[in-house]
Amino acid sequence: MATQRKWLAWRVAVFLAALAPLVFWSWQVANNAAGPEPGRYLLLHIGIGALWLLLLTLSLTPLTKLTRWKGFALIRRQLGLWTLAYATLHMLSYALFILGLNWALLGSEIIKRPYIIVGMIALIGLAVLGATSNKWSMRRLGKRWKSLHKFSYVILGLVLLHFFWVVRADMQEWAMYAAIAALIMATRLPPVSRTLPKLRHRLSRA
Amino acid sequence: MLIKIAKPSDLHESDVTPESIYLSRRRFMGGIAGLGAGLALSGHAQAAADDYSDVPEGDAPNWLKEKISDAKWDAITPSDPEKDALAPFDDASNYNNFFEFGTDKGDPARHAGSLETQPWSVVVDGEVNNGGRFALEDLVKPSQFEERIYRLRCVEAWSMVIPWLGIPLAEIIKRADPTSKAKYVRFETLVDPEQMRGQRSSFSIIDWPYVEGLRLDEAMHPLTIMAMGMYGRELPNQNGAPLRLVVPWKYGFKSIKSIVRISLVEEQPVNSWQKIASDEYGFYANVNPNVDHPRWSQATERRLPNTLFNSNTIDTRMFNGYEDEVAELYAGMDLRKQY
Repeated sequence: MATQRKWLAWRVAVFLAALAPLVFWSWQVANNAAGPEPGRYLLLHIGIGALWLLLLTLSLTPLTKLTRWKGFALIRRQLGLWTLAYATLHMLSYALFILGLNWALLGSEIIKRPYIIVGMIALIGLAVLGATSNKWSMRRLGKRWKSLHKFSYVILGLVLLHFFWVVRADMQEWAMYAAIAALIMATRLPPVSRTLPKLRHRLSRA
Repeated sequence: MLIKIAKPSDLHESDVTPESIYLSRRRFMGGIAGLGAGLALSGHAQAAADDYSDVPEGDAPNWLKEKISDAKWDAITPSDPEKDALAPFDDASNYNNFFEFGTDKGDPARHAGSLETQPWSVVVDGEVNNGGRFALEDLVKPSQFEERIYRLRCVEAWSMVIPWLGIPLAEIIKRADPTSKAKYVRFETLVDPEQMRGQRSSFSIIDWPYVEGLRLDEAMHPLTIMAMGMYGRELPNQNGAPLRLVVPWKYGFKSIKSIVRISLVEEQPVNSWQKIASDEYGFYANVNPNVDHPRWSQATERRLPNTLFNSNTIDTRMFNGYEDEVAELYAGMDLRKQY
């Protein structure tokens, strides 16, 4: 009972931590502290937030292997759904604050701008993963569920491409995220993934 | 063709501005009685827009303060001051691109404090008879400062209206006495990674120094100015202190900041953005709603500041609304190819 309450507290803490940036950015906008283009402020911050959440979600499996701490696996679905929520808000900010709900313009922009197409594909992918993240879908899909959810690796690639195409002058920030992504993906290579539990043993003995 | 003598029609807006409102804004705000009448006669409903009393004082050297106080105010103003209302100083000085200080629009304001602008000298060289290295004050002192309220249209599809203080570039060029070989003007920004942290980034795709260029007739056009101030004070560092170009009918990136070198040259210079991505940015970079950036539309712009639920999106005008003044410079050119 006490452990169950502990895990609930952990999940609630993660929920609040994921919610906090949205509250902070909204607070900034409400207080005119978000600069002369508050819509773009939200768009960019939420977009980067979505990338952070995707990277965090994908780092949970290697972290579990490395530490065997149960808490990481417990928040995987939650963080995955937060990624979807941020990505959806990112797209809505674009439609609402940048395009001003001009749907005709949205239609022509989606067709003309490759980075928007790539972003939309990534968002649709996240939505499919979100919709199949429940226990019922896991049972229905059986073995196929795992391969379906490996599509998150492709989504990570699409998101980085989407980001790459928006960069104008300096690749530093992008390169940082790409390096973190490469590190997380590298932990999934069979030789590395086999080493992680051994690394844990060595660490615990030290 | 090479040196375009300003025609009387070029600066018609200043010609109808009565002498009385050339007075200093602060004196005007002090409330000289007869002035209101003069302003009304001028046909510019400017009074409310031009109150700089809440703009923080800078740290200008005395010569610059004097030049500013002797400026010809409202020399050029928007024909529709309500539609083209001034952006607040805070927005114009805290939200801009100056990649020498970082890529975020807040970076210039955060990091440009490290730029040392006094003393400042500018090299004038190339195809000129009267070149050399000049102290900034010697370069600009013979000319009277003018206030020019221009629309600034960024290539990223946002815009602001900003009151600049400066002198026509034509006057600097004339004093340099170009030779017959001079066809273009090339500008360079300071390179100093110690002061400009953006230049320390090893991931930057800009090959410093930042370079810009104009055709000589564009440079000599009366709308083209070298600015040293804005909002009734000197330029904040992040806006390109102490000396920057302002070419109002071109995308903002043409208006190069913190200039240390002006060269009159025979060949068309390769400007920095053209060098980085020539399919996205050309030499001319004239504001043109009909030629899209490959990654976004240029048909509209967001006039800043905007609000969350009103993006303040307006139609972008040909040559940023300065078509009457500058279209003839490009007669016969295919602006889809020469973008």
